[in-house]
Amino acid sequence: MLELKSVHKNFGGLQAVGDVSFSVPAGAIKAVIGPNGAGKTTLFNLIAGNLNLSSGKVIFQDREIQGLKPHQVAALGMARTFQNIKLFHGMTALESVMVGRHVRSRAGFLAGMFHTPATWKEEKEIRDKSMQLLELLEIAEFADAEATSLAFGQQRAVEMARALATEPKLLLLDEPAAGLNIYETAEVGRLITRIRDMGITVVLVEHDMSLVMDISDEIVVLSFGQKIAEDVPLAIQQNPEVIKIYLGEDEEEAVV
Amino acid sequence: MNMKIKESKLLKIGLLVILVICTQLLTQVTDTQFYLTQLTMSAYYALLVIGLTVVMGYAGQISLGHAGFFAIGGYLSAALTTHNLIALQTHPLVEGLGSLGMLVSGQDLYGEQLLVFAPWAACIIAVLVAAVIAFVLGIPVLKLKGHYLAMATLGFGIIIFRIGLASEYFGEADGISEVPGLTLLPALGPFGSLSVSGDFGLRVENYYVAWGLLCVGLWLLLNLIDSRVGRALRAIHGSEEAAEAIGVNTARFKLNVFVLSAVYAAIAGVFLTHYNGGIGPSEASVMKSVRYVALVAVGGMANIWGTLIMGVGLTFLSLRGVFGSYDDAVFGAILILVMLFAPDGILSLNVKALFTAKRTTDGH
Repeated sequence: MLELKSVHKNFGGLQAVGDVSFSVPAGAIKAVIGPNGAGKTTLFNLIAGNLNLSSGKVIFQDREIQGLKPHQVAALGMARTFQNIKLFHGMTALESVMVGRHVRSRAGFLAGMFHTPATWKEEKEIRDKSMQLLELLEIAEFADAEATSLAFGQQRAVEMARALATEPKLLLLDEPAAGLNIYETAEVGRLITRIRDMGITVVLVEHDMSLVMDISDEIVVLSFGQKIAEDVPLAIQQNPEVIKIYLGEDEEEAVV
Repeated sequence: MNMKIKESKLLKIGLLVILVICTQLLTQVTDTQFYLTQLTMSAYYALLVIGLTVVMGYAGQISLGHAGFFAIGGYLSAALTTHNLIALQTHPLVEGLGSLGMLVSGQDLYGEQLLVFAPWAACIIAVLVAAVIAFVLGIPVLKLKGHYLAMATLGFGIIIFRIGLASEYFGEADGISEVPGLTLLPALGPFGSLSVSGDFGLRVENYYVAWGLLCVGLWLLLNLIDSRVGRALRAIHGSEEAAEAIGVNTARFKLNVFVLSAVYAAIAGVFLTHYNGGIGPSEASVMKSVRYVALVAVGGMANIWGTLIMGVGLTFLSLRGVFGSYDDAVFGAILILVMLFAPDGILSLNVKALFTAKRTTDGH
């Protein structure tokens, strides 16, 4: 599904990501972990097109996508969420999710200005699909509320629904459990497995080790931009290199 | 909820149409038809301003050069309909245009042979040129953000102003006058022709043409905002990064909206020029662009109705001379006051809150 080949990213003299290679099989849940500053979010930005690679390749569904703009990557079937939630100010939860349908709909400027009959059907479909997603994430009651006025956990759900609305094959989740309590984190874990069961491959960056160990099929460990290890959760927990870079921190302390 | 929005949109436009008709009848009854002239002009300026609202309020782009597009429309249409091509009548290009029916011949005041563009052809050419210029300008300029974009558009407006002022073709400081009317409907049976011109006999018709055009332009924009494109624009305004990540081609949408607003401005320029029978360099001035931005700001950046009301109201007062020689100063002051006290527009002002904020403790 997704493959990184020797991905490098330099910011001037600073190497943020150095020679990182790994692959993500279709239908897997792969976690990228590492201490703060390891380059995890930078890696996401490189994969999703927000940043240009200094060198290397990103291959998505057998197609090289490095250098594509984020909206093009989204159209190809890769969606992402953000570490600090980026919701649309001034739009309701439903409207935010409806924007997620943008890549799966067509009406342009002229069709929009004249509200042609062709758009009526498309608009209804967009609205219905968006409501379905709100229901899936159990926030349908907030459909008409302004998204940025919702509680933190609900905002995360809106962002998730918005990403799912693009009908992605691959979902990049940037710290989906950040700022959530134990119960909410468990909910997120359940949601992610449900998403995987829907046929969507998931790559997540996360600090919450309980979540990571619980749901991931494989884990990639980064430190100072380099890949330190890549293995199944059990092996990662016992990997001396990994333990070393966390300086002996156990699971409970490795939370943001 | 979708039906509610649609109904309220049509309802509001319906109310506006009724208001427009009542106003005209009122001037007839009170014998104050002279107001119709300023009301007609206000409608055309409002057309420009509602187009600008979509750019500023929804796409979040600030343009300090929109008077430039108004001027491109007005000046080009004026020049094409007044400059005599008779000397070039054997030129293949001129002959070609003639065979397409785009040229019209006649005689000028002194009995000389005249060959000029037909107003309808000039109108279309002028608006197309404005659209192309907006497109070409927009590609590099819309990559800029915030004050850099503002300065670039300011520069554009100044260039247009200076071209108008310096170019003999565009009449230099005097501008272009004796612009013929723009015929909309030819004479049919008992009805005379309908044209956009300063003809006193057609004052009422022109009032309705202007407001009809404005209502149609308004309806199209309201539709647009309520559509897939409108949501994409609002998303860009809400968080450009997230919009891009979710699949919205932000660069292309910003460009398209910019060109659309330039088309609105150019159409306003063309119609107003034919109505007034002329155009001068002041129409392209920076002060006009600032005025338009002030009107969008005071109406509420993303509030088309607010901008329409403020646009028509303040422009009407300005044209009636209520602000005297402090005209530009008034709009400058409005801009400052709005930014300080009501950045979301005057209709969002909670006047009570301004006075009670210190005394009450509940958040209002």
